Amino acid sequence: MTQPTELQTIAGGGLLDRRVFLKKGITFSVAALASESLLAETDPAQLPWMKTPGEPLSNYGQPSAHERKTIRWTMGNSMADGNGVSWTPLHDLEGTITPNGLHFERHHNGVPQIDPAQHQLLIHGAVKKPLVFTMEALLRYPMSSKLCFIECGGNSNAGWRDVPIQTAAGYVHGMSSCSEWTGIPLKILLNEARVKGRAKWLIAEGADASAMNVSIPLEKAMDDCILAVYQNGERIRPENGYPLRLVAPGWEGVLNVKWLHRLHLSNKPAMSRNETSKYTELLPSGKARQFTFVMDAKSLITHPSYGQQLNKTGYYQISGLAWSGRGKIVKVEVSADGGKTWAVAELQDPVLSKCFTRFRIPWHWNGQTAILKSRATDETGYVQPERDALIAARGKHGYFHYNAIVSWQISNHGEITHVYA
Amino acid sequence: MSMLKHFLPTLLFFSIPVVAIEVSPNLGKAASDQQLSQWNKDIFPDGQGLPKGKGTASYGKKIYNKHCLSCHGFEGTGSSADELAGASHSLTDNPPDKIIGTYWPYATTIFDFTRRSMPLNAPGILNTNELYAVTAYLLYLNGIIEENAIMNEKTLPAVVMPNRHGFINIYQQQDKNP
Repeated sequence: MTQPTELQTIAGGGLLDRRVFLKKGITFSVAALASESLLAETDPAQLPWMKTPGEPLSNYGQPSAHERKTIRWTMGNSMADGNGVSWTPLHDLEGTITPNGLHFERHHNGVPQIDPAQHQLLIHGAVKKPLVFTMEALLRYPMSSKLCFIECGGNSNAGWRDVPIQTAAGYVHGMSSCSEWTGIPLKILLNEARVKGRAKWLIAEGADASAMNVSIPLEKAMDDCILAVYQNGERIRPENGYPLRLVAPGWEGVLNVKWLHRLHLSNKPAMSRNETSKYTELLPSGKARQFTFVMDAKSLITHPSYGQQLNKTGYYQISGLAWSGRGKIVKVEVSADGGKTWAVAELQDPVLSKCFTRFRIPWHWNGQTAILKSRATDETGYVQPERDALIAARGKHGYFHYNAIVSWQISNHGEITHVYA
Repeated sequence: MSMLKHFLPTLLFFSIPVVAIEVSPNLGKAASDQQLSQWNKDIFPDGQGLPKGKGTASYGKKIYNKHCLSCHGFEGTGSSADELAGASHSLTDNPPDKIIGTYWPYATTIFDFTRRSMPLNAPGILNTNELYAVTAYLLYLNGIIEENAIMNEKTLPAVVMPNRHGFINIYQQQDKNP
C-alpha cells in the first residue's frame, strides 16, 4: 500500500497534486486512483496465499515444497541399485522422532513388495510346538510400544578414514533413526511355541530377495524384542520391513530383521554371512570382534554442523542428538574450544532408554575460530570416546561401531567444516 | 454427559495399576512337516541343514563364470561386488584383505549365503549340485582345497578355514571398553 504521507491531498475529497503522477510514474498512478477495495488488495500484510483459497484436502500429507532438500541421501550398488544404504538427514531435523519417509535404509537386495495376506511367521526348531502365524492373527495379539533408535552397525564409518569427510552430518551419522515401534512382545510368541531348555539362540530371517538372516541370543529375544507392525503410528513402510519387523532395542540395525518371516530356535548361532564376514570388527592383532550387538553411546551436534553457515556473531543455540544401546543418556557435555573445557547441556524430556535424546545449550559466537564437540555419557557410566582413544583400542580397520566424538570447526568467516581435533 | 457422570466414579474405583499383558491368545497354528522342511533353509557350521548333493571346482568354475563373474570379477578378484579370492595381503596389513580365504571362519557359510542370496539378480536359481560346485571353486581359488576335491554334505563342514579361530565373542565377554 502506498504510504499516505506521500500522498498529501491538496484539496478535499482526496484530490492530489497532479504533478505527483509525473514524479511517481504509472504504478503509482494506479494506487492514486484506487478505490478502497483496491487498496485492500495491495495490503502488504496480506501475502499471496491469503488472497485465494488454498489447496484441497489430501489423503496423505506431504512436506512443504520449500523443504524438498530434506531428503534421505541414497547410495546403491552400481550393478544392483536395491543393494545399498540411505541416510537420515539428521542435520535438517529437530526433536527426536524420525519421520517415516526419512528413516535410514540398509537393504541387501532391494525392498520386497509383500502382500500381507500371503505373509506368514514361522517359529520352529527347539520349540515344543512349531507354530505359524498369519498377519491377521498377529494383529489380534496384545501389543506394546517402544520408542527407540535403530542404528546400523556401519553408521559413521567414514570416521575411520585418515582425512575427515566433508559431508553433512546426517549423511555420515544418519544410518541411525528413532521411531515409536508398536507390536507384539516377542516373548509372548516364544512362550506360545514353548521354547525348549537347550535353545540359546534365535535365527531370524527376512522375506526379501536376500533372505537375510542373523542369530540373536535368546535372552535378548525374551527381554525387550518386539515384532513391530506399526512405526510412528502407521503400518511400517515397505523399506522398513512391512508387514513385520523384529525390533531389538539398542542393538545393531542388522539384528532388527525386516520383512521377518521365520524364527529358528537353536542351541548355536548359524554363523551366517552377516555375523561372520560382515558386522564383525577386525582389530590390529588380526583377530576380529564378533557378536558386538550393543550400539555404544554416541552423540553429535546437528546444529550448527558441516555445511551450515554462521552469518552473524552473537547468540546461537547448539542442538544435537545423543543415544546409547546400553540404556539412558544421563549427560551430554559440549565444548566450544576443541575439548579444553566442557559444559553440561540441557537434555530434552523425556529421556528414554535406548532412544534418541535431544540436547541443547546456548552459545555466543564471538566471530573467532572455534571447535565444537559433544560427549555423551550413559547410565552405565560409559563415556563416548575421543577418536584417538577409539583408534588406540580398535585400530582403523574395524569398519563397524564407530562412535567417537565429532568435531566441527567454525572458521572466522562462520564456515563449518569437519575436523579431527 | 450424564452417562459420563454416571461412569466416572466407577472408573476411578476400578483404576488399578496397569501390568503388561503377556498372555497369549494362542492364535498360532501348528506348522506342518511340509512347511518346516520347505522353509527351513538354515545351515550351521557342523553341517546341520546341508542338503544331499556334490560338486567340484572344475564344474564350479563354469557356474561361477556364468552367474558370478560379472560382479565378483575374474577368479573372484572383485569388481562391483566383494573380492572373494586372491588376497594380496593379510589381515594385519594396511589395508587388510578380508576375503573368504583370509577372513571367513566357516566353509558352510559360503554355501548358505550363496543359496539364500546369490546371484543378486536371480537368487535361488542355482541347484544343490551347482551350489556345492561353486562353493568348491571358491575354496579352491583361495587355496583351501584341491581342485578335484568333492564338496558334499559331509566334506564341506569338515573343511577347516584358515581364520577359523580369528574371532572373539564380545557378547559372551560383555565387553565394556571402547
